[in-house]
Amino acid sequence: MTNVSMTVNGRPVSADVEPRTLLVEYLRENIGLTGTHVGCDTSQCGACVIHVDGKSVKSCTMLAVQAAGCEVTTIEGLANGDDLHPMQAAFRENHGLQCGFCTPGMVMSAVDLVTKNPDLTDTEIRDGLEGNICRCTGYHNIVKSVRAGSNAMKAAE
Amino acid sequence: MSDRTMANEKNNAGIIQGGVHQNHLHDSAHKHVSGTAIYIDDLPELPGCLQVYIGMSEKPHAKIKSIDVSAARKAEGVACVLTADDIPGINDYSPVMGDDPIFANELVEYVGQSMFAVAADSIDNARAAASLVKVDYEELPAILTIEEALEKESYVLSPNEMKRGDSATALERAENRLKDRILIGGQDHFYLEGHIALAIPGEDDDVLVHSSTQHPSEVQHNVAKALGVSDHCVTIEIRRMGGGFGGKESQPALFASVAAMVAKKTGKAAKVRLDRDDDMEMTGKRHDFIMDYDVGFDASGRIEGIEFIQACRAGNSADLTGAIADRAMFHADNAYYLENVTIKSYRCKTNTVSNTAFRGFGGPQGVVGIERVIDAIANHLGKDPLEIRKVNFYGTTDRNVTPYYMTVEDNVIHELVVELEADADYAARRADIRAFNENSPFVKKGIALTPVKFGISFTTTFLNQAGALVHVYTDGSVHLNHGGTEMGQGLYTKVAQVVAEEFQIDNNRVKITATNTGKVPNTSATAASSGADMNGMAAQAAARTIRNRLTDFAAQKFQVKADEVRWLPGRIQVGAEEMTFPDLVKQAYLARISLSSTGYYATPKIHYDAQKMQGRPFYYFAYGAAVTEVEVDTLTGEYKVMRTDILHDVGKSLNPTIDLGQVEGAYIQGVGWLTTEELVWHPSGKLWTHAPSTYKIPACSDRAPEFNVRLWDKGKNAEETIYRSKAVGEPPLMLGVSALMALSDAVASVGGYKIHPGLNAPATPERVLDAVDRVREAAAG
Ligand code: FES
Ligand code: FES
Repeated sequence: MTNVSMTVNGRPVSADVEPRTLLVEYLRENIGLTGTHVGCDTSQCGACVIHVDGKSVKSCTMLAVQAAGCEVTTIEGLANGDDLHPMQAAFRENHGLQCGFCTPGMVMSAVDLVTKNPDLTDTEIRDGLEGNICRCTGYHNIVKSVRAGSNAMKAAE
Repeated sequence: MSDRTMANEKNNAGIIQGGVHQNHLHDSAHKHVSGTAIYIDDLPELPGCLQVYIGMSEKPHAKIKSIDVSAARKAEGVACVLTADDIPGINDYSPVMGDDPIFANELVEYVGQSMFAVAADSIDNARAAASLVKVDYEELPAILTIEEALEKESYVLSPNEMKRGDSATALERAENRLKDRILIGGQDHFYLEGHIALAIPGEDDDVLVHSSTQHPSEVQHNVAKALGVSDHCVTIEIRRMGGGFGGKESQPALFASVAAMVAKKTGKAAKVRLDRDDDMEMTGKRHDFIMDYDVGFDASGRIEGIEFIQACRAGNSADLTGAIADRAMFHADNAYYLENVTIKSYRCKTNTVSNTAFRGFGGPQGVVGIERVIDAIANHLGKDPLEIRKVNFYGTTDRNVTPYYMTVEDNVIHELVVELEADADYAARRADIRAFNENSPFVKKGIALTPVKFGISFTTTFLNQAGALVHVYTDGSVHLNHGGTEMGQGLYTKVAQVVAEEFQIDNNRVKITATNTGKVPNTSATAASSGADMNGMAAQAAARTIRNRLTDFAAQKFQVKADEVRWLPGRIQVGAEEMTFPDLVKQAYLARISLSSTGYYATPKIHYDAQKMQGRPFYYFAYGAAVTEVEVDTLTGEYKVMRTDILHDVGKSLNPTIDLGQVEGAYIQGVGWLTTEELVWHPSGKLWTHAPSTYKIPACSDRAPEFNVRLWDKGKNAEETIYRSKAVGEPPLMLGVSALMALSDAVASVGGYKIHPGLNAPATPERVLDAVDRVREAAAG
């Protein structure tokens, strides 16, 4: 067992875990944040995307110890109290979801994309979300949501 | 403002929030975006909760000489190991036929078949212990393909035949005749949330299982059967699934049964959660088909006689294959009148995982068959396939009887197709594409418009029933429950809209609750697109009973006639007075009026003789059409979908936003099935494509840059369905067929459109390239 500490959604956390513990397991099982989902277990579907030091990461592909001391943001930490982050609001308003299982990862990837490039074209949105699989929506409303979210993020600046 | 203060204020607006026909948001949308929607794996685990790993067969067909689990029983963290000998009840989780053992004990019939389970304090320990189990197999010859099964007459169910008119004579007399073989691949569901069950033991024989299932009642019956207890001991609950698509209809019973047996044996909570690779290896998929056709037609392309042989891969057991293969036969006509027709169906038994329900339930394969025939006729006659489609469409007053003798009474396909054709500018674009292809040596474009007509109802008539339960509390808030399950399709939202409409209260006053066999019993699967049709009606019936009681009470109390009690948005007018719903409810409670009711619905008009394959299996038909344009690189076979135009009929939509989402998602899923999603089995019987690394489902970048989707505004159900809406879950999947036909059109260009490419599905780049070569050779030769 190793003690792993980090800051998650602005709050310092710490837990004793085996060194092989994945970051997603640490978050879901040790910290109790179950908004980050596991869809494929093998770094392909993007359901588990979170931000580590501001960059999107597939948390099923990173060890908890690798994130020790880092600033981690999960889907639960994106909203400001009751006010949804503009990207969350955009997915909600534009019906960019059905079963919702991919949604947390989609939203986290989308926020990172827009943060890196506030002026995304549709093609850039589509290519940027290549690593996030959605089996329900056909992506139409997801692209729409990201565009709306990106506009709202710009307006909020 | 809290819910409570809102409810007590009169809503003087002309319309309630979230009633029917409104673009009401998905009920869980705010939870999905904030990570607070709870899936089964997110439920807090009770202390000591066990994690269960299921040990799988490594052989496609073998006698089990022995299974030695002794080392696993002693391994670190292990609480128990279960084999067939440890099953208290019956070793079967099948939906109908009794041929799906929970744990194989004498014979294994596919790689991935469940043989035993290990429960331990962690999934890692359970897996590690499972690797210590020693199985001694005696291998038997395995049948891995449909061809082999046909040759050996290996079937899970006896062959079936549907016949109308005299196809043999019509074929002989026909001016033109074509024969060919069509291959149609299977499809993995790839619901983002894999199979999962969490069992919590209760008193006596009781157990509660949270199961990710579309069919809680069937899971309940199977768990009870496995435990050897009565159904009333077992409660199944499901709030939401992370996708289902048919894959969670019959199959969850295995995982729920195993979890329940561990829980009852150990007295601890137990969880079975498959990882992606195990899920893909262990669970059944859409049936792949081989279809042979023989068609005769006149110079206009009108089909005079046709014979189909449809052979599907059932896998090792019957599961739902009977009804699925039947539905493929029911949709061998798609939207076309087939006067002289014979359809033979073979349900092949193979040593591969048992295939199961998948959105469309055999219908899509039937549709692909006839659409391929139409394209072959068009290529043969040198005509536009759309022209051949129109020549063969069902009529409205004549030429309107299906091969199973059901009269098509609600045909709108002509109108709808003509509208889409104009919308999408089909004719001009087709001409442009021809011109483009003339001048483009390697990149070729293709376009196709394909229709869909899809029968709505379970073809097993007794399944067409549903129940609901509605409570009104004294503060006027409403609790809603019904037998339908939520897998993202928005069923819960739609049914809540119906109840809000009935009481004329805002939607946020209706609490949607998890599907639970203890609340509404003996339900049918949420399948066959029937969820909103049936559960909407049942919930409406329950709400209406309460509303009628309230109306009668108000009339009596205020001495007015019943028709002077008017239900207005957010208020009830009683004679000259107006009151809110909570006020009326409170008074009714004090006067001892019951504020709770069940509701029930059975679909009318349907009947079907399974022996003769004749009757009216469907209450009505849903219609739609799509135009897809593709671009193919004929040097590599690679392609892209460039533009899609869809017009789909959902009747008078209960919720247009949700319905549009269903149409878009289904189209893409259909395109994936027919293009990139390829299942490959190794000669040893092992599935090679058991993760998204090797099994390519559509990604965001595969979506067409131009994607125009519209619900048909003239749509209205001819039958008295819930607010005249139409089912939407499955029909639009078949819009994806237009992508396959567009690829075929692009390939046909290399042979001057005279040679039919015979492009099979999935039309992977390899297959496209093969077809290009074939057509080139034929054109040269
Ligand atoms: S669970 Fe991490 S990428 Fe799929
Ligand atoms: S909404 Fe179901 S996977 Fe995206």
